[in-house]
Amino acid sequence: MLNTVPTIPELQAKAREIRRHVIRMLARAGSGHPGGSLSATDLLVALYYGKLKHDPKNPKWPERDRFILSKGHCCPALYAILAEMGYFPVGELDTLRQLGSSLQGHPDIKRTPGIEISSGSLGQGLSVGVGMALAARIDGRSYRVYVMLGDGEVEEGQVWEAAMAAGHYRLDNLCAILDNNGLQIDGPIHDVMSPLPLPEKWDAFGWHVIRIDGHNMSQILEAYDRAEAIKGKPTIIVAKTVKGKGVSFMENQVDWHGKAPTPEQAEKALAELV
Amino acid sequence: MTITTQEVRKEATREAYGQALLELGEVNKNIIVLDADLAKSTTTIKFGKKFPERFFDMGIAEANMMNVAAGLATCGKIPFVSTFCIFASGRAWEQIRNTICYSGLNVKIVATHGGLAVGADGSSHQCIEDFALMTAIPTMTVIEPCDAAETKKAIKAVAERPGPVYVRLGRTPSPVLTEEGTPFEVGKASILREGKDITIVACGLMVPNALKAAENLSARGIEATVINLHTIKPLDRKTLVAYAKKTGSVVTAEQHVLEGGLGSAVALALGREYPVPLEAVGIDNRFGQSGSPEALFKEYNLTSEDILQAALKAYGRK
Repeated sequence: MLNTVPTIPELQAKAREIRRHVIRMLARAGSGHPGGSLSATDLLVALYYGKLKHDPKNPKWPERDRFILSKGHCCPALYAILAEMGYFPVGELDTLRQLGSSLQGHPDIKRTPGIEISSGSLGQGLSVGVGMALAARIDGRSYRVYVMLGDGEVEEGQVWEAAMAAGHYRLDNLCAILDNNGLQIDGPIHDVMSPLPLPEKWDAFGWHVIRIDGHNMSQILEAYDRAEAIKGKPTIIVAKTVKGKGVSFMENQVDWHGKAPTPEQAEKALAELV
Repeated sequence: MTITTQEVRKEATREAYGQALLELGEVNKNIIVLDADLAKSTTTIKFGKKFPERFFDMGIAEANMMNVAAGLATCGKIPFVSTFCIFASGRAWEQIRNTICYSGLNVKIVATHGGLAVGADGSSHQCIEDFALMTAIPTMTVIEPCDAAETKKAIKAVAERPGPVYVRLGRTPSPVLTEEGTPFEVGKASILREGKDITIVACGLMVPNALKAAENLSARGIEATVINLHTIKPLDRKTLVAYAKKTGSVVTAEQHVLEGGLGSAVALALGREYPVPLEAVGIDNRFGQSGSPEALFKEYNLTSEDILQAALKAYGRK
């Protein structure tokens, strides 16, 4: 378990390292989802290195905080963090998406230490988080549950069933993190099937809403602390992000949702991430 | 042992479920019950009243309910999730497939109002496809008890069995054929009657009809074995093959479409290991409709007379 919170520059350096892993992993695998992995990286790094109560040497520690990557296709960033923190050897990152690998194309609870639920079919993770938060309440445990959602993902009706349930049961040990990068596979979210306005919708379902810049480390850390302090209702952090963040030619480009960089493109991307 | 259809009391399997949950709740504090606004109908309300801190009504939102159960299971709870069969196996299929089963979670889906015997509510509420939907998912266990007494045993057994389970129960009172002492083991077919000429394999509400058919066949000089195949998956292939060898012909009977249910499972197993003439009683490419259970069984050819005719046909093909 971590005892010290890293400094902002340390977190920023770690985020660059994770982004470099993501580019290398996807280039090696020849497929995967760079855009959303890169938009979520800062939020994930701040959570794992700066907030989450967990123990990489004891992944099933009953008192640990839970994290669910409901937008499961962005698992390369999560895998890189889990490896860097010691859940499994960093060398395993090279096996992403290969036959027999512990690192599947989407998260698999049975294969990967540190993964709390299999995900990838969008819209299901928040409901699982509701279940974990209820279990904490039943058992009188103090752990918190974090669920990361995509802003295209919230077009799934089940997300709103879960939002209703979390509001109804006043699950203040549940925190959703919305990676609001504005793009989905077929285009901008407001063109494809607008889920807007997002903060108002969550507020109407009984949630406390915090809006931040999802690439500003101090804002992210502060939001995690503020969410924990809110009692009597769940909190969602609506984090404005840039899809493909950190790699100039991927930023805000719909086409980089689900394709891997070529070796040349990877080299160019890595040169920017120093 | 021969079990007959003579003068038996009737009780709905869903009622036995509510009772079994009450007993389980006393001895196992990890049992959590979720329902989707049907707690009176599924009878989980009994548990909810006795253990309110372990009962959650999730409202009319079955997809969410399934995954809430998944989350509870990751924390060591044993969630029993109930709604009608059509909503559990149909509406929430992908939640069951991708989050519960793929994650290997200890979630018990106990759904009521299975089959045409739902009756007057009509086709929208008559689930006749759930065996196909649930058995298709890798690692899933699928059970339909034959009566209320067996339901209590089945519920207690699945609470002890790790991993995902789907149990189909019925709405209408049905004959209680077995007793408290009748053996029940998940995955082990139960022999209700021994006969050398033909084997009738049935589950749920078709079991009393199968027994009645066997009694009428006996009057015609044909002795039938009746197997209560309460566990459709994992399939007790050993028992099925043994009786195919012994009797040389088989009839299957289920309140389910002919595709992907008990009949399909038995036909696949016997086709691979010991093919014999086989006839299948089930619903032939039709939706249900409103009507009394008795009228529906007649209209959809699910009566003991239909099983008897199928048996004569299979026997004649030997």
